[in-house]
Amino acid sequence: MSDEDEEELILSELSDEELVPQMHDDLYDGLKEEVEEGVYILLERGWEPYAVLTNALVEGMRIVGIDFRDGILFVPEVLLAANAMKTGMAILKPLLAETGAPRMGKMVIGTVKGDIHDIGKNLVSMMMEGAGFEVVDLGINNPVENYLEAIENEKPDILGMSALLTTTMPYMKVVIDRLVELGLRDDFVVLVGGAPLNEDFSKAIGADAYCRDAAVAVETAKEFMARKHNVLSAG
Amino acid sequence: MERVLLIACGALAKEILELKRLNGWNHLDLTCLPAELHLYPEKIPERVELAVKEHRQSHSSIFVVYADCGTGGLLRRKCEELGVGMIDGPHCYSFFEGNQKFAEHAVEEMTTFYLTDFLVRQFDSFVWRPLGLGKHPELRDMYFGNYERLVYLAQTEDPQLDRLAEECAARLGLEYKRRYTGYGDLAVALGSVAEPQTGSGLSSGRGWA
Repeated sequence: MSDEDEEELILSELSDEELVPQMHDDLYDGLKEEVEEGVYILLERGWEPYAVLTNALVEGMRIVGIDFRDGILFVPEVLLAANAMKTGMAILKPLLAETGAPRMGKMVIGTVKGDIHDIGKNLVSMMMEGAGFEVVDLGINNPVENYLEAIENEKPDILGMSALLTTTMPYMKVVIDRLVELGLRDDFVVLVGGAPLNEDFSKAIGADAYCRDAAVAVETAKEFMARKHNVLSAG
Repeated sequence: MERVLLIACGALAKEILELKRLNGWNHLDLTCLPAELHLYPEKIPERVELAVKEHRQSHSSIFVVYADCGTGGLLRRKCEELGVGMIDGPHCYSFFEGNQKFAEHAVEEMTTFYLTDFLVRQFDSFVWRPLGLGKHPELRDMYFGNYERLVYLAQTEDPQLDRLAEECAARLGLEYKRRYTGYGDLAVALGSVAEPQTGSGLSSGRGWA
């Protein structure tokens, strides 16, 4: 079909039942402006910001995450989708602050010392925020002192560490060992991620879990929070 | 002399053939795995294992010409399981320069992106296109925003590659620097494999590049 034959889709003419899956498609295709328009339309129709976030954006990114895991999508497509989601979230964030949204927990996250790679970490931050976590992002190249300071100030439920290099991933153990020395290790869950990491490494350094990608990080974080709540309820 | 099979990353083929030629290592046979595996390092240990098993019948002595290459120690473990040697170091940037030397300036060059001769030649196929930059140049700063410079670790003296590498740096928005490395620890490692009786082989006084 030629471009002329293609009928232009008017998002505002779609019903909610049609618009939300269309937004998932647009997110999947990294179409920032369309996602932005979809968010505004749903808000104008009286949707709660939290419902827009979870049903349209997070669900769309979840599909992207599955196809990334299955090798259907690759990093560039995921980044384009993430950019589209970021645009939508920028509209929703102030509204969520006003209207309130369920808070899942708090995460401090950062790339370890000697490492400047942050694509994976940024995806995790965004997806965690989308899932209702408050995220304090320490950025890149963090020595152990940065983590300790953030832990003291923020009192997180979860500490996330990221590394892309084989040469920098051992620094995660330096941070965990220091937490053990200070008697802080059991105060929160430690999640680690990054391309060269694996389950065995995560266990060997004393982390709670290795997260292969952003979607797994969110699911793992939710599981740990649920366990924590169960323990508190039982206690 | 006993024939030795080198199972190498395709990105090293040209350099290995040149070292073979320069040093007369005619008893070294070479088979390569696709260089594209570097885009999916998690697949490298399995592919190396398959290759080792496939060639066990024809060669009793096999050496894997990969460094860790983003496998987080899994390739080392696999090679130990299989009883074959491999190159020391985190990646080819490091062993071309010499692992020790590379490690010494790793901190000060944290914001450096490296290219080798192979990557300069294949920049579009192995960097630009896989990162989607051809279709979506707007992604460039998401990938390279934290980098400051590109260092071309040159295996050969080639003004044309130098010029191409400088263009690559400009495309990525990075400052450019060239550093000649030669074949570094690759030559040392292959020397040990080719001439084990002379230790590293360096004492043979032959034409090490």
